[in-house]
Amino acid sequence: MSDIKDGLKYSKEHEWIRVEGNVGTVGITDFAQHELGEIVYIEMPAVGDSFSANDQFGTVESVKAASDLFIPVSGKVIEINHAVEDAPDSINTTPYDAWMIKIELGNPAELDDLLDAAGYRAHTS
Amino acid sequence: MNPPLKTTPLHTKHLALNARMLPFGGFDMPIEYQGITAEHEAVRNHVGMFDVSHMGEVLIKGPNALEYLERLCTNEMTSLEVGQIRYSFLCYQNGTVVDDILVYRFNENLYCLVINASNIDNDVEWLTNHLIDGVELENVSKKTAEIALQGPSAESVLQPLTDVDLSTLKFFRFVWADVAGCHTLISRTGYTGEDGFELYTDNESILVLWDTLLKAGVTPVGLGARDTLRFEASLPLYGHEISDSITPTEAGFSRFITFEKDFIGKAALQQERTRKLIGLDIIDRGIARADYLVYHANQVIGFITTGYKIKDKTYALALVNADIPLGTNVTVEVRGKHLRAVTRNKKFMVKSYKK
Repeated sequence: MSDIKDGLKYSKEHEWIRVEGNVGTVGITDFAQHELGEIVYIEMPAVGDSFSANDQFGTVESVKAASDLFIPVSGKVIEINHAVEDAPDSINTTPYDAWMIKIELGNPAELDDLLDAAGYRAHTS
Repeated sequence: MNPPLKTTPLHTKHLALNARMLPFGGFDMPIEYQGITAEHEAVRNHVGMFDVSHMGEVLIKGPNALEYLERLCTNEMTSLEVGQIRYSFLCYQNGTVVDDILVYRFNENLYCLVINASNIDNDVEWLTNHLIDGVELENVSKKTAEIALQGPSAESVLQPLTDVDLSTLKFFRFVWADVAGCHTLISRTGYTGEDGFELYTDNESILVLWDTLLKAGVTPVGLGARDTLRFEASLPLYGHEISDSITPTEAGFSRFITFEKDFIGKAALQQERTRKLIGLDIIDRGIARADYLVYHANQVIGFITTGYKIKDKTYALALVNADIPLGTNVTVEVRGKHLRAVTRNKKFMVKSYKK
């Protein structure tokens, strides 16, 4: 049974977003890290890059495969978590602490299209 | 529609261990149990076991069996002794590979070929189409199960389970023995670069061997680590380093080809190769995976056959133009970006065989 945190929003592609004011913090879920297996590299966007909802914003490399990361909502990257770039296995051990990017929300109304914890639990069970 | 996945006799054992399962070669197989890195390290440092019951086994019988095998195998079989095993390629007329196989000599009129799971149907068709008088073929894949026991502690774990003195069983030799009460072929072979054994038995006995070895503390290892282990040992995987579009000479395995005899593909393999398999040290962050293109001086010079990050080093095997020297700075295109890499030999590790 994978860990799902209350209070976060989830995409069907297994990213989570925590919203504080106009800033969203994005990572991947416990379900996703478990499906990927051991993560060995992560490719991040650059600060200042802008994305529309569901665009690919990066890539995670597990031992076996490379997988795309999709941004749950539109926004501009304002911060990258370099600690996770240097220790990508932290995504496996603490997926909800090992955030990848912070974005300035482009269209907060898009948050309504995401799943809440209960919805995501149903999606992954 | 794909045909339904086949299962090995150990399938329920994998599910009981909560293995992550994926299709491989038409079988629903365990990719990992606790994690690829931990399983990889268990084999390098202690001992692990793999369900390799999906591999195929074909018996070649009859008074002309040797003549038949010499015609089909790139490697020489006449000097193969009873109780001995030899690695070989089966090649097409154009020198590319039908399959890479192990040949076991049971007696002068009986040989067993161990073949890749994904190639069973194609191999059996190829072998059948080339049969000659005085040779019969029997595909015993479905009634033969196999566990590979690999790692420096393999002998000390297996020895208490059998009366055979394993210290006298040399690399690429086999013996029939009683193991944990099961009639078993013990083969000192493997696909990891470590010492170890491959244990062949029937579909019921394999359950006893699995449980006995698990109880003895052997780590179950999935196909994920099987691939990282064989890659680190620079052992080829059909469909990657050798295939129906790559020859054994291109892949650097001429030592398993005997040009002093006639065999299918010989003329093609005598031509000078234009491509060669090399190693790469990847310098930038990222993994160079199969089929990614390799560049030098803005030209494509080849492609990756396999690549992994193992411990803190990222390596790859690549098939490149034969004129590229070792020590050349190249790049590998990964999703539109170019990772810096340097060509090198394929010796990523020192193998620990019991010669």
